[in-house]
Amino acid sequence: MSSAATSTTEGVKRLPESIVRYIEETQGREHSDSYLIAVLQMIQKHFGFLPKDCLNEVSERMQIPSAQVTGVATFYHFFTFVPKGKHTLSVCLGTACYVKGAGFLFERLQELLDVKPGHCSKDGLFTLESARCVGACALAPVLIVDEKVYANVKPDELPKILAKYGFKSGKE
Amino acid sequence: MTTDKEISLTIDGVVTKAPATATIMEAADAINISIPRLCYHPHLSIAGACRVCLVEVEGMRNPVASCAYPVAEGMKVRTSSTLLRRLRRDVVELILDNHPQDCQTCDRNGNCELQKLAYELGIRERYFEGERKKVEKDLSSPAVIRDPEKCILCGRCVRVCDEVQGVCNLSQHRRGFHINVAPAHEGNMMESVCVQCGQCANVCPTAAILESNDTDDVFKALEDPTKHVVVQTAPSIRAAIGEGFGYEPGTPATGKMVSALRLMGFDKVFDTNFGADLTIVEEAHEFLRRFEKNEKLPLITSCSPGWVKFMEHFYPELIPLASTCRSPMTMLSVLIKTYYAEKAGIDPKNVYVVGIMPCTAKKFEARRPEHFTPWGVPYTDAVLTTREIIWMMKSFGLEFRHLGDAVFDNPLGLSTGAADIFGTTGGVMEAALRTAYEKLTGQPCEQMDFTEVRGVEGVKESKVKIGDKTLSVVVANGLENAKTVLDKVKSGEKKYHMIEIMACTGGCIGGGGQPYPPPGMHIMDSKLLRMRAKALYTIDHQKQFRKSHENPYILKLYERFLGEPNGHKAHELLHTHYEPKLPRGVR
Repeated sequence: MSSAATSTTEGVKRLPESIVRYIEETQGREHSDSYLIAVLQMIQKHFGFLPKDCLNEVSERMQIPSAQVTGVATFYHFFTFVPKGKHTLSVCLGTACYVKGAGFLFERLQELLDVKPGHCSKDGLFTLESARCVGACALAPVLIVDEKVYANVKPDELPKILAKYGFKSGKE
Repeated sequence: MTTDKEISLTIDGVVTKAPATATIMEAADAINISIPRLCYHPHLSIAGACRVCLVEVEGMRNPVASCAYPVAEGMKVRTSSTLLRRLRRDVVELILDNHPQDCQTCDRNGNCELQKLAYELGIRERYFEGERKKVEKDLSSPAVIRDPEKCILCGRCVRVCDEVQGVCNLSQHRRGFHINVAPAHEGNMMESVCVQCGQCANVCPTAAILESNDTDDVFKALEDPTKHVVVQTAPSIRAAIGEGFGYEPGTPATGKMVSALRLMGFDKVFDTNFGADLTIVEEAHEFLRRFEKNEKLPLITSCSPGWVKFMEHFYPELIPLASTCRSPMTMLSVLIKTYYAEKAGIDPKNVYVVGIMPCTAKKFEARRPEHFTPWGVPYTDAVLTTREIIWMMKSFGLEFRHLGDAVFDNPLGLSTGAADIFGTTGGVMEAALRTAYEKLTGQPCEQMDFTEVRGVEGVKESKVKIGDKTLSVVVANGLENAKTVLDKVKSGEKKYHMIEIMACTGGCIGGGGQPYPPPGMHIMDSKLLRMRAKALYTIDHQKQFRKSHENPYILKLYERFLGEPNGHKAHELLHTHYEPKLPRGVR
């Protein structure tokens, strides 16, 4: 994921040049507003989520009312509006993992990172998600960090695992 | 659509003809067979969202939504059957299941289309008890508030905002059980392109969108012995308030209205019409000055607060063309807290001004910082819609129909016929022409009825001969119509001298705060609008003075207080400015 030239000093997220060019190219075409979803996909691919400023810019550049842009964007579960952390934590909450205490893992992670499910920790390091059964029931409970699977995780082991990804334990 | 090919079909055993493009519902309506409906609105596009208007068509396996289903040659339709009753009842029951059960304390109690349908379909028990959506209310706006928990997802507000007003502030967000009708980013009405016109509240079948209720504040002021409470009523109120008390639309009720307001304890009952006359004098002079210099033309009227906010979001580049005149309401409020307070020897800080308006956007206008007194309160302390004042009168226990006729207090209660017609589309233009005619030619304006700008059509263009000059004018009502006109002005396709724009269909008589229509009529119904407009034209005809600049109290006001029209003091008190607003609207 590139990050160059995407945000200004004020933290306003601007559309990257490539997407602006794509919108300009498609504007002259018939049913030009039908390219909205494609544009949203490009933005999500670029930023990992749909920043509010970008949606407003899309509305202006594509001349589609803002309410319609966000109406379409919120319709699809594929799109997300919160920034993604550097790493994604998925706790499997499938039946087997749950029985083996995945619920406690999930709760402990929320406490440790001070983050709500689906959101990103304040330091930008972790996005916490829950997963349905990942097919590794023999390893329950399972925590997946990015691509790596941690098996038989106990809540007390969490700080150690997170530390590998830059987590500093203890409140400042 | 008389040019269409006609087909014949049978509805409930009645053989009838209908245009080939008609829907089953339209064909049924034409022969007075009324199919129950909820999301349908005759002035909006078809949504087919609620499934209440199901009918049976012979040869078809399942019932179809009559609002969306086209007629066909030889079609046989049944609009009522035990099956249909059950289906419709189930549909409404399921809607009710996801709806708060607070009818008795709801603002729309007795005026709710969902409540009415539930009663008519015989829903007496709640068979389905499921999860109910939980969404916070949006109370951000002083004008239009939303309670999404009462929303039944008919989409009328989304459609009226898009199709009639061209604002497109509302959209359905998310999906399934979580659908939420909201401005962009599921934000609030204040931080959006919402122009606060209230047409969404008008078409809402339930209490999901309402005007922000200010009746408590006004009752409190009336109870406060230290407050001198002054009320003013907009031109269009007198043409519509009677409907709240069972009068036929278009029954003028000026006298009873004034009596009722006095009984409620308002210390003075003034007429926004006086402000309208003043607006015309100021605006006509403003126009003449621009006309002589041939600059900043066309002049665009600025009485409609919905239009003003629309301009600031959608056409900021046209701001220099807008009249700088404050609206009649604000002009009068300013005079009440300056001229009147001074004359009556009352500390203006103790004066509480209430505007009775057909309009939700006036509530927003009153809160604009431009219209605050030097001591930091709004010139207009509270704005009530026609609906709110009707509720207040009822809750006060007044027998409106049995009241005698009273007249407004002077000096801010006398007005000309030109002011009365402000309440309908074309009225401001006509009033301005009456005054401009005399100021331009120096001759008396004998033919005062400029009928070419009358009527409830969306856009009315006219060339008016005034002496040796011809003025090119246009009147637009409904903001989508305003867009059409303004885009032509911007492209240079059309040149006008003056443009009147009213945000709402029909002008103020169709405002976002007017009474919900009586049975058999609907919001934006041209029949209803014509009836209300007729009341105003009738009042105009009966007036002793019919040109704003002939109002004797206006003349006195300039002589003793304001000085010259458009003069220094007049400018300070009666004019304002506009600023581009964010977010920018998409046209």
